[in-house]
Amino acid sequence: MKLAEIVDTLDLKVRTGGDLEREVSGGYASDLMSDVIAHAAKGHVWVTLQIHQNVVAVASLKELAGIVLVNGREPEQATVERAESENIPIMVSPLTAFEVIGRLYELGVTGSTD
Amino acid sequence: MRAMRADLHVHTCLSPCAEPEMVPTAIVDQAKRMGLDVIGICDHNSGQNVGAVLEAGRRRDLPVIPGMEITSREEVHVLGLFRDEEGLSALQNLVYANLPGENDPDFLGEQTIVDEHDELVGFTTKLLIGATGFSLEETVQAIHDAGGLAIAAHIDRERFGLVGQLGFVPEGLPVDAVEVSADASVEAWEAGVDCNVVTFSDAHVLRDIGTSSTSFLLEEATLEEIGMALRNEDGRGVLEAGGG
Repeated sequence: MKLAEIVDTLDLKVRTGGDLEREVSGGYASDLMSDVIAHAAKGHVWVTLQIHQNVVAVASLKELAGIVLVNGREPEQATVERAESENIPIMVSPLTAFEVIGRLYELGVTGSTD
Repeated sequence: MRAMRADLHVHTCLSPCAEPEMVPTAIVDQAKRMGLDVIGICDHNSGQNVGAVLEAGRRRDLPVIPGMEITSREEVHVLGLFRDEEGLSALQNLVYANLPGENDPDFLGEQTIVDEHDELVGFTTKLLIGATGFSLEETVQAIHDAGGLAIAAHIDRERFGLVGQLGFVPEGLPVDAVEVSADASVEAWEAGVDCNVVTFSDAHVLRDIGTSSTSFLLEEATLEEIGMALRNEDGRGVLEAGGG
């Protein structure tokens, strides 16, 4: 599934540039970035409430497809700038992490790392 | 100039997670017994017991650095160490204005304010275990604006440590040092971060005070001198970070 489809279906607000045509391989959810570095996989969409600029570096490092911020949290300015320069899509949802993840799963985005 | 052994991360009974035995005279007695030359008092998001420990230290000739362990909104713990109570209180006002919630003593523990003779003064109702509204960068900036030194606390721990929460030390973050826990390898962390590495006890009980400390080469045990040591100025320096 492409990121653009997820954006449409979940009505996410896209806050930065980046490739929405990218294929999403699965999903990961965590607010501990050390944990994301350890366990997220390439192509995953990452669901988090962290808005610090380190989310972009972690997403780049792990080659994640994009970041979904939950609870209506908006990225910090430094985070937006960094995401623009590293082409990481950051999307925002007013829903809770539980809701966002449930809807992603319904779409067929799972936590599988295959 | 001489080597001075410092444990700059000690809690008092004001921190809900610290033991009630962490009262000013007992802390100072234990620090003396452990041969420390200077201690720092850093309760969670509050400096309300610092004055009492300063006074108790003065009576025993033990220098006490006023401090606070601030929780950023990313839930990263940062130590702010100050020259005097004025700097601390500037930060205290900012932190209290941006710290939502109320403590529940039954679940989280009492937040006891005492005087320099360990007598009960009262309790604070602020949710000291909570997170402030400040980002990590804003927290460091606020500490520096108040003339303090900013040290990222226990970065080796998954909970409430900079690396656990944010994965790594953000590029260009102007912290004066990073602290690692007693059981962490200082050498390994020194190789991994572009920053001074220190170790303190993070004592929540008396027996932990001084079990982890850092030796500085200083003229006297003041915040200015410790800042100079962290910047390697005028012959001051960090001699050794390690166990008690």
